[in-house]
Amino acid sequence: MSATTAMTRADALRLLALAEPTRLDAVMQSLGPEPAHEVLRPAETGLVMVQGRVGGGGGAFNLGEASVSRASVRLKTGEEGHGYCLGRDSGKARQIALCDALFQRDPASVTSTVLVPLATELAAADARRRAETAATQVDFFTLVRGDD
Amino acid sequence: MAAALAQGFADPVLDAQQAFRAVLMALAEPGAPRALPGLAHAPPPLPPVLAALALTLLDHETPVWLDRPLADSNAMKSWLAFQCGAPLSDDPARAAFALIAEPAGLPPLALFAQGTDAFPDRSTTILIAATPTRQSLTLTGPGIDGSRKADLPIRPSLVAEWAENRALFPRGVDVVIAGAGEIIGLPRTTRLARG
Amino acid sequence: MYVAVKGGEAAIANAHRLLADRRRGDRSLPAIGIEQIVNQLGLAVDRVMGEGSLYDRELAALAITQARGDMIEAIFLVRAYRTTLPRFGISVPIDTAAMEIERRISASFKDLPGGQVLGPTFDYTHRLIDPALAEDLPVDAPLTREAPETASPRVTDLLAGEGLIEPDGVVSSEPPGDLTREPLEFPLSRELRLQALARGDEGFLLALGYSTQRGYARTHPFAGEIRIGEVEVRLFVPELGFEVVLGRVRVTECQMVNQFHGNAETPPQFTRGYGLVFGQAERKAMSMALCDRALRAREFGEDIVAPAQDEEFVISHSDNVQATGFVEHLKLPHYVDFQAELDLVRRLRAEHASERKREAAE
Repeated sequence: MSATTAMTRADALRLLALAEPTRLDAVMQSLGPEPAHEVLRPAETGLVMVQGRVGGGGGAFNLGEASVSRASVRLKTGEEGHGYCLGRDSGKARQIALCDALFQRDPASVTSTVLVPLATELAAADARRRAETAATQVDFFTLVRGDD
Repeated sequence: MAAALAQGFADPVLDAQQAFRAVLMALAEPGAPRALPGLAHAPPPLPPVLAALALTLLDHETPVWLDRPLADSNAMKSWLAFQCGAPLSDDPARAAFALIAEPAGLPPLALFAQGTDAFPDRSTTILIAATPTRQSLTLTGPGIDGSRKADLPIRPSLVAEWAENRALFPRGVDVVIAGAGEIIGLPRTTRLARG
Repeated sequence: MYVAVKGGEAAIANAHRLLADRRRGDRSLPAIGIEQIVNQLGLAVDRVMGEGSLYDRELAALAITQARGDMIEAIFLVRAYRTTLPRFGISVPIDTAAMEIERRISASFKDLPGGQVLGPTFDYTHRLIDPALAEDLPVDAPLTREAPETASPRVTDLLAGEGLIEPDGVVSSEPPGDLTREPLEFPLSRELRLQALARGDEGFLLALGYSTQRGYARTHPFAGEIRIGEVEVRLFVPELGFEVVLGRVRVTECQMVNQFHGNAETPPQFTRGYGLVFGQAERKAMSMALCDRALRAREFGEDIVAPAQDEEFVISHSDNVQATGFVEHLKLPHYVDFQAELDLVRRLRAEHASERKREAAE
């Protein structure tokens, strides 16, 4: 994803949720000091029931739950931000909420400072893992070719 | 989305526990008022005590039916979605809870979920604002030693309807009336008589 | 009859303290870190997440530590923990066709789009204990190869076009049942059975799956496809008004393809058993798929002749937390019950003896 393609709020929330907490803290810091804000909902941890589908594409069924953290904030300038992520890291949920609010105030600088670096790193990590997996792909070859 | 999002309980755990306790006690002693502070910044037109009940009882697994004044308020619905996550139900018969801000507009009780004989708990619990006028009634039934005289802030027609609801036992709806800083429980087991 | 007695408080407290000591073991050795368990005992973590029915790797690792490696105890801890948390909502169903694939094989179709990808598997290892692992020697980095751009469609979708294989089935608008919210009422929907199997005990499902292969409800299974990898979990968030990605979870999916001779309405075709489990849990997913297919006997008008086809038997006994609770409760004091039984046996013996004496006298 390049800086020229405009990211949606959902794109931003996805990248933030997929980010390693330490990386998220680091890129958020380069965005400047934490903006003045009030807490709409303190960070909390709960569960989301993860569903699968029968046979992969049929009716939904309940596979099991996953731990999820969430937080909501409002900047002094009025933008509301909501953060959701898997796991029990309430600090990460709060960071996502702040970034979500900032993204609405100043999408360009959040995109270039936070989202593009995260997207680049995610793409690189995914590519590396795909390449490692691809090395284990079986190449079949024919031992004895029969008559055509 | 409006500014109303912020206003939940000041202390989500303790405040919800206290309110839940108040609801338990109110339903255990029908007709006896129980103190329950209203929410400081309830989103209008939701009365403060009803707002406290909603925060305490509703979540994403409890479809809620709203009366007309509440259903017409987008700010109130946003607040409900954010604070409780409760899905709205257009059909009172599928609602786990009903929120009634304008008691005169309460639909017939029979329209709400009545539960089944096997699962009587699947009926609607109606959370309703108090009426300005009161009905002088005598209450009998479980949770009442003999009988209890009470002036209930309900509309007059509810008394006759309540007899029909009582007759459905173990099915039927339960009602929690939200007044100013207090609630009154009216479980399906309670009999009402005038006077 | 139950009679309240008190006692043992000091013994219990001391036993817990002793447990903590034995759990920690030799203090001259470093304690195992949670991250070490997550990284180096990943499949143990996956089993605890799957059967604990809660996706949280660090939590499962902590439970394994607390349980001293007793997996069922760790699963119990995770199940207990989940009851303390509020539920925020229900995800959008995960899309396994969009998986970031780490392993994907088919035993039925050699040349399938996306290929046979072995991934990090024990298969083809020699199962010889490797003494070198006892030392912390350097490990080679994995080799890489340019990843193909071809998608890896689900195998069952490839055959579905010809009508040779049963489709996924109709999607109901009603939400599926949830056994963590409502008590089970037999007969169950397939959706509820799959929820129960997904959190069921691996050993129990493995044994039942094995029994179907050995002739107890033969279903002629082929491993149509097994895929392991990460999928994104999405949740509709009311305050946002749209779906957000919460993160990724690793799952194992197994499509078993089974012979079916057809009946009056349906021509002969392949039927399917489905397995889906949290984490990398291939054996469990395969066992689940075998059990799922066997439990569909009623749906296909097959004779119910074997344990694996008996829904009430399988589902009522597949949960190892329930099972361990009932089995292990036998070690709790039953002094009064046993006293009553003792009195009964003594009386019966006395009657028996006097009967024998009377017979001898006659």
